[in-house]
Amino acid sequence: MTGTLAAVGAGIAVIGAGVGIGKIGSSAMDAMARQPEASAKIQTAMIIAAALIEGVALFAVVVALIA
Amino acid sequence: MRPAHKFIRSIVLAVVFVFSMSGAVSAQANGEESSKFDPIELINGHVWDSHDFHILDWDGHPISMPLPIILWTDNGLTTFSSARFEHDNGANVVVAENGHEFVRYKEHIFYADKFDKAKFDEVSTVGRPFMYEDRPLDFSITKTVFSMLFVAFLLIVIFSISARHYKKNKKAPKGVTGFLEPVILFVRDEIAIPNIGTKYQKYMPLLLTIFFFIWLNNLVGLIPFFPFSGNVTGNIAFTLVMSVIVFLITILSGNKYYWKHILAPDVPKLIYPIMIPVEIIGMFTKPFALMVRLFANITAGHIIILSLVGLIFIFESAFVSPISIVFVLFMSVLELLVAALQAYVFTLLAALFIGQAVEEHH
Repeated sequence: MTGTLAAVGAGIAVIGAGVGIGKIGSSAMDAMARQPEASAKIQTAMIIAAALIEGVALFAVVVALIA
Repeated sequence: MRPAHKFIRSIVLAVVFVFSMSGAVSAQANGEESSKFDPIELINGHVWDSHDFHILDWDGHPISMPLPIILWTDNGLTTFSSARFEHDNGANVVVAENGHEFVRYKEHIFYADKFDKAKFDEVSTVGRPFMYEDRPLDFSITKTVFSMLFVAFLLIVIFSISARHYKKNKKAPKGVTGFLEPVILFVRDEIAIPNIGTKYQKYMPLLLTIFFFIWLNNLVGLIPFFPFSGNVTGNIAFTLVMSVIVFLITILSGNKYYWKHILAPDVPKLIYPIMIPVEIIGMFTKPFALMVRLFANITAGHIIILSLVGLIFIFESAFVSPISIVFVLFMSVLELLVAALQAYVFTLLAALFIGQAVEEHH
């Protein structure tokens, strides 16, 4: 039972990460469409924000692994 | 074809060949007791640490490089080769050395008379490396330690070659140095200077070491064959030490404005009972996040690749292998990106924390 519950927990955490990174990607696209010359900076900031959000989601994966 | 295109073509071919081999190297004969393939056993064998370096399986026999086992017992330092355990992880083979007898169960070494399988099973995975009344202190050169020393050696060699170039001539570098120079300048101009400011020179060696060490360890963990496949950054003890180093350097270089922001911030005094504990906990959670982020990203990537390779063995059909290899190739290239990205994020956050510590009053 703990194994299944851990898998469900990991799945829920991944939903959070997916939504978060999706929002970052979409606002990055909007910003790049408005101002194409700033594309490089926006892309860098997007990648950094995505890595940080993924870090949080992987906290949940680690907890699920321990369980 | 222009030389640049040829270079890119050879890199792409090398990546495709190396990562397609992941399937071949993971093939193993677990034929003794069970003929059912256990994907969890495959993943555990490759992701967690082990006392010998498993190279491949030949004709049903595992071929591995035995690594020295170094134990601290009450009789003092005890060393022997892991070959004496004869690939046993089930506490069956007893090694007698220096007045004590040892058994190995699931890569943990116990005193033979104190090993209790039931007790081991009821302690959770987190507590298993401890249990110090029943175990000697284990300082062995394990697969992870060997990989880490190997990568450190590679880094020393690569950077000595590059440094010699600058002593000899003033022209723009080519070759290895030509590859490293823009990266080093990137670390200086995009990571160190924007975050630390004018005093960045003092911290450049630290940031460069963190960046290249983590990057090269990540890459070496991805390559599936012998001297390279050790999983260093996916080991939480390694990332713990890296973040403790960053934490100590932040604390030691904190100037009085840093401590003022933590212990006496510019807020109405009524909120102090909330602000100060939050700030102090924040001081610890930031390095903790650094540790877990790197560990979890790399371990998760390895587990995904191993699971995709294990698909071939679960379905026991050679027809699954083209699909599986394509997926593995795709995931491995994504992991290449993650390797560089995680090194960049770790270094960036380290620079950010150090910058907060040395920031002057504005």
